[in-house]
Parts: sequence; structure tokens; C-alpha cells
Amino acid sequence: MGVSTLPHAPVGEPLSSCDDTAFRMHCRTWLAGNLPPPPNFGLPVSAIEIASDEQLTYLRNWQRAAYDAGLVGCDYPACYGGGGRTDCQAIANEELRSAGAPYLPNIVGLGMAAPAIYHHGTEAQKRRFIPGILSADEIWCQGFSEPGAGSDLANVQAFAERRDDRWVIHGHKVWTSLAQFADWMILLARTDRGHKYRGLSYFLVPIAAALGRGVEVRPLIKMTGGLGFNEVLFDGLEVGDDALLDQPGRGWSVAMTTLLHERGGGPLVTPGAGVGLAGDASQTRGPGGLPALARSCVRAGRAAADDPVIRDKIVRLLIRERGFLATEHRAGHPVLQEHPQRLQLQHKLLLSELLQDTARVACEIQGMASTLHRSHPGLVAGEWSHKYMNSYGFTIAAGTSEVQRNILGERVLGLAKSK
Amino acid sequence: MPVHTAIRPDDLGFSDEAAMLKQTARKLLARRLPLEQLHKHVAGTIDPTRECVFDRDLWTEVVELGWPAVAVPKACGGFGMPLCAMVGLLEEVGRVALPCPLVATFCATAVLRSCRAPSAHELLKKIVDGTPVSLAITNRHGSWDHEDTDVRVRASAGLLTLEGTAHYVQEAQKAEFFVVKAQAAEGVGLYIVDARAPGVRIVPDAIVDLTRDQGQVDFGGVTVPAHACIAKPGEGAKALAAAWPAMLLAVTADMVGAAEWQLQTTAEYARTRVQFDRPLGFFQAVKHPLVDMMLAIDEARSLLYDAAWAYDHAPEETDVCARMAKASASDMAAYCSGRSVQLHGGIGFTWECAVQLYFKRQKHNEVLFGDGSFQRAVLAEQLLGPIAAVAGAES
Repeated sequence: MGVSTLPHAPVGEPLSSCDDTAFRMHCRTWLAGNLPPPPNFGLPVSAIEIASDEQLTYLRNWQRAAYDAGLVGCDYPACYGGGGRTDCQAIANEELRSAGAPYLPNIVGLGMAAPAIYHHGTEAQKRRFIPGILSADEIWCQGFSEPGAGSDLANVQAFAERRDDRWVIHGHKVWTSLAQFADWMILLARTDRGHKYRGLSYFLVPIAAALGRGVEVRPLIKMTGGLGFNEVLFDGLEVGDDALLDQPGRGWSVAMTTLLHERGGGPLVTPGAGVGLAGDASQTRGPGGLPALARSCVRAGRAAADDPVIRDKIVRLLIRERGFLATEHRAGHPVLQEHPQRLQLQHKLLLSELLQDTARVACEIQGMASTLHRSHPGLVAGEWSHKYMNSYGFTIAAGTSEVQRNILGERVLGLAKSK
Repeated sequence: MPVHTAIRPDDLGFSDEAAMLKQTARKLLARRLPLEQLHKHVAGTIDPTRECVFDRDLWTEVVELGWPAVAVPKACGGFGMPLCAMVGLLEEVGRVALPCPLVATFCATAVLRSCRAPSAHELLKKIVDGTPVSLAITNRHGSWDHEDTDVRVRASAGLLTLEGTAHYVQEAQKAEFFVVKAQAAEGVGLYIVDARAPGVRIVPDAIVDLTRDQGQVDFGGVTVPAHACIAKPGEGAKALAAAWPAMLLAVTADMVGAAEWQLQTTAEYARTRVQFDRPLGFFQAVKHPLVDMMLAIDEARSLLYDAAWAYDHAPEETDVCARMAKASASDMAAYCSGRSVQLHGGIGFTWECAVQLYFKRQKHNEVLFGDGSFQRAVLAEQLLGPIAAVAGAES
């Protein structure tokens, strides 16, 4: 494995050596003593559903601590606030997940903004933005989708008009997670109406600092009744050329880099915790908890776990989970694969559909209890109907399952583009 | 849940040697058995009671390459390679739908390996030399219960006599020896019987799959010496259970390889066949099922490699892992086979088109040693516990 010659992990304990095993042990040791105590308030299922300041503060402090210990941003160069290592983020992620660590709140920054800036930014942009993303000092959101540009992302109509040496932005972004907390946004906007793809440009724009001065953030209520999504309206926000990432007209290319990383297929491994299926997550979100649930629920006068049809459905899901984990493992080793992107590009599709089907079967096991809202007093068997509704966020966001199948069919199987 | 316990190495035990074996097999089989030749060889007649086709020259090449010896222990003259090497090889065998008794012989090898008797070792040596061997372990109901058999054995004057019929015997006309499961008073045992021994009668089944043969084997008072017993009465089921995960994975590997052929062939058709002025693959009603084939194949392949590692390194996990792999692969094979015919349209429904060969091989593999719902019912016993008796069911 590669060992970087760049100096020093950012802060935290000095490392005796730079090899994989030493780094893994460092992660494990630090995690053993430094996981934050559980909060005395509830945390949402994932970072994109953070709804209150206390949730954000708790998770932000946690990301900061993990960053200071060298577990977040390990593979970014030290001059951009990273750990200056190579191939170590995957190790840190494995350790974060097996330690049951909370997830990292700056998910858009880590998974999308940082790799886009790293691959397309100027030296000044990299130095200015990447450290704050890794440390969670600055929270990011994503301004891609619009009312008329969902799966057909290149149809973005938000417009950045050139006025002297400034850009003046008008437009309407939707389904914007974390916008209510965000300091910055990665924004895909049109700079030329004459070309669908070449007319797009990519900006790094302020949100919090520009509220009321050309930016408005409005909450959007999800089908669950929950908050988290927003609409962001731009009405004449002015930014300079330093807000432009890469050249004008290169926005689509930068967006593709961004989405490749969002879907787990990019060259930089996204720092992450708490979203894997190993360990506790299997019990609370994946099918690992279904056998116990089925033993506790009664169906036709006997334990649901004794119903042959329910048993078959549960075992199907347990096989899919085991297959998903084995595929994750196989994806890390070239000899075990037929095509370099084939497994990476399946990740989001497989996970989101597995969790959705798990929640659906869990509701079936619960029977009438699954009609109860999660606020119902005395609800003991989890929040499966809520999770089931929420699961559609994941099969729709970041490219719907249908778009994911298009991508796999076109990139891996070489089929004609469906557009 | 008895999985997730042992940490897997990055390469799942898939050494350079195993990778080389797989690559060599792929290249060689592609050259040696092009599709047209396979079709000509196995699909020469539509008569279901056709003669058994066995290309002895091809089998001799397979033997010279040492493939039957891959899983035979070094002590018996084999290569003693880990199971992951064998499943990699059998994936390539499935990819070309190889009409040779390699999978059946491998299954027999796995059972012989779990028996300590000297005669089991002698037969393993014969396998290295190219002797095809098959298991005669299934009763008239096609049961996969290790205790079930329609063959009885009795001992007298130092000799053993077998009476009865084994059903659904794989490659029955190609095998030179059978490993026979037979019932004695103390339980079932395993016995080696020469296919040419007096009293052995092989009755071929008319089967759907063109790439293998199957039959019932009648034992009409077949007499064998005492040392033909490789697992004593009462110990046969244990020996079969020990070999069972390897057998499930052998068939799984064949299915994964064959399904990859179905995927690639159907994708190629969707890239080139034009209808409504566009290649078929443009249409999402064609594209998405092709992707679902790929997803299903990759799940089965991941479970296959994972279980093969467990077989070699984490025996306590093996049964669950192998059954998961077989369950996943059986359902996957059914899906991929159906789509490969459907997406080829009219041509896919013809005898001439090669997708029929794989469709039929997969239908056979799907049920061999238990299909998906069978495996899941067994898995449920382990993962959810046995079904509780219903109290007061009588009232």
C-alpha cells in the first residue's frame, strides 16, 4: 500500500509509523477512548435529516474531534488540512463503523464539495475551503436539483449572469439537505442558455452569510412530516470569479466528478461513519434485527418467526445483506472483479433498495402495529413505518434507482444511452 | 447469527496461483470450445432419448491440465488447492457450459475427502488419473436429506451386497465409479461401486439439459468387498454433511459462470440488435433487466467467494455461507435464464440460438442439491430457530 511522504497527521497523537496496521491501531485505540457519550436527545437516521441546532452541534463537535485525531481527511494533502496519507481513509472508515461511531454531519462537504474542489479548484480555493470541510467548521449543502431538473440534471435553469467582473445569480434550488445550517453551497448554474451541457458552470457560493442579501432558505416538509429538506431561492446574489470552480462552461464535468464521489465511485474515499451495514446498523436499519422482531410479533396466533412465508422473506433479506457486505469486500480487490467500476457503481443502489425492502418486510411483520405513527405512546418495536417512508429519500436522492440502472447499463454493459 | 465472525483477508484467499488457474482456464476453454462447436456437439439431435455425448478427447485435455486433481489432496497425488481455486475454475467451466463430468467428479472428490478409509484415497488417486466419478445418493423423491436412500446394503461372509436404485445420478453414463449411499440397520453408509460391476444397470434419464447426462442406477444384488465401504453405517450422513458446502459451491460456481455468459451475450445482443431505429439497449425496459441480471450475478459471486474462504478457514460458518450462496445463485440463475431468452426475442426461442443451452444447464443447476426456497428453509432453522410446535393444534 502506498505511504505518503507528506508530513504529519494534522493534530492528535504522533504516529509511530505510517504503515496500514499502525494507522488502523491508532484509529482503534483513539476510538476506544474518545467516542462521544450518547446525547440526551434523539439523533436522526442520517446527516441529511439533521433538524435542530443541538443535533448539529453535537455531531459537529464529534467530526471535529475525529478530524483532530486524524481519522477524517487522512488521504488529503497536509497543505489542505488533510492527513497527507494514501489509502488510509478506507481503514479509518472501517474502524469508525466497527466502533459504532456517530455519522459525520458535513456529509455534502466531505462526499461532494471537497473532492470537487480538490480535483477542479485553484490552489487558493483548495487551501481556503478543504480544511473547513474536513473539520466541520463550515457546513456545506448542494444546489443541483431544481423543480424542472431532477433526474435530468443538465436541464438546470438557475442563471448566473455576467455583469462587469461579477456573477449575478437568480434561480430556484430544491430538495436541498442541510441548507438551513449551511455556510456554503456547491451550485450548478447556467451561464449560457445556448448549450445544454457546455452552458453550465459550477460555483462555490455563500449561504449563511448571504441570507437576506440575494439568498432565501425555506424549509420543505417531507412525506414523513419531517424537516431537513429546503428550497433555496437566489434573487440577485452577487459573487466574484473566485466563486467559480474550474472554467465557465465546465460545470457539467465538475458535477460528474461530484456525483461520482457521492455514489462512492470516485478516486477519493469519502470519510464516513455510521452508515455501513456491519454491526449495530444491521440491527437498527438493516435486516439483522428482523429475526428478533419476528419473534416478538404475533401473526395468526403464533410468533411471526414461525410463519414460513415470513421466515423466507427474512432469510432473503439476510442473504442480500450478507451479499452486500461480501460485495463491498470484493470491490476492494481487483483480482475478484470483472470490471473496474462494476461493483463501485452498485453500492448506492444496492444499499438503498436493501434498506427499503427491509423496512417494508419489518412493517409486514409488525402487522397492525405498523399503522402507528412513531409518536404513538408505548410503541416499542421500532419506527419501521417511519423508516419505510424515509427510505424513499435514499432511492430517489443522488440519482434515482432508475438513473443508477441507466448508469450501470451504459458505463458497465456499454448499452446505448437512454437520452 | 453464526456469520460475520471471522475477519476475511482482502483477497479472500484468492492467491496468484488461483488467479492464474482461472485465467488460463478462461483462455483455453474459449479457444478449445467455441460456441458453435458446443452447439454442434451437444445439440445435434432434438431427440430427448439421445445417445450420451462424451468428447473423450476434450476430457483427456481437461485431465492433462490437471483440473480434476485441483481439489485432490497432495497425499493422493493431487494439487490440494484451496476451494477458492476450485470455484474460480468451475466458474470458467460454467461460462462455456463444459459438457464434461468435472462438476460431478469434484462433488465426489469432496465426499471422498471427508472419508478416511484407504479405498477413498485410492479412488482419489484414480481421479487424478482422469477417472470420472459420481455420487449415487438420491432417492426416488430427489431428496437431499443425508439419511434418505432407496439402496440397502447387507453384510455376509466378509462381502457387502447392495440392492435398490439410486435416482438422479449426475453423469451416470460417464462415471466409471459411483459413491453409493446405502441403508444398513445402523444407519446409512457410503460405498464405492465400479460402474461395470455385475448387477449394476444404468438407465439413462431423458433430461432437458443437453450439456450433461443423468440416470438412475440399479443395484441388483451387487457384491463388493468390505473395503469398498468408505463410511460405515451410521457415519455416511456425517461424511456427506462435511462435503455438502463444497458441493453447493461447485454448482454455485457453475451457475455464476454460466450466468455471466448469459449477461454478456444478451448485453451484446442489446448493443447490436436494432429495432425502432435504435439498439435494444437504449430502451430502459431492456436496459434495466440487464442491470438486474448483473446485480444478481454479483451478489451470488460475492457470496460464492466469501463461502469458499469460509470452507477453507472458518468451518463453523461454512454451512450458512454456502447455503446463502446456493440460494442466491439458484434464484439468480432462474432470473438470468428467463431474461436471456426473453430479451433475445424470437431468435432466443429457437433451438439454433445458444441461449437455450445455458437456459437448460441453469434450470438443472437451480434444483441440484436444493433450490433457493429449500436452502432458505434450512437457513431459517439456523438463523431464526426451529418453528415452534403450535400448542393445542388439535382443538
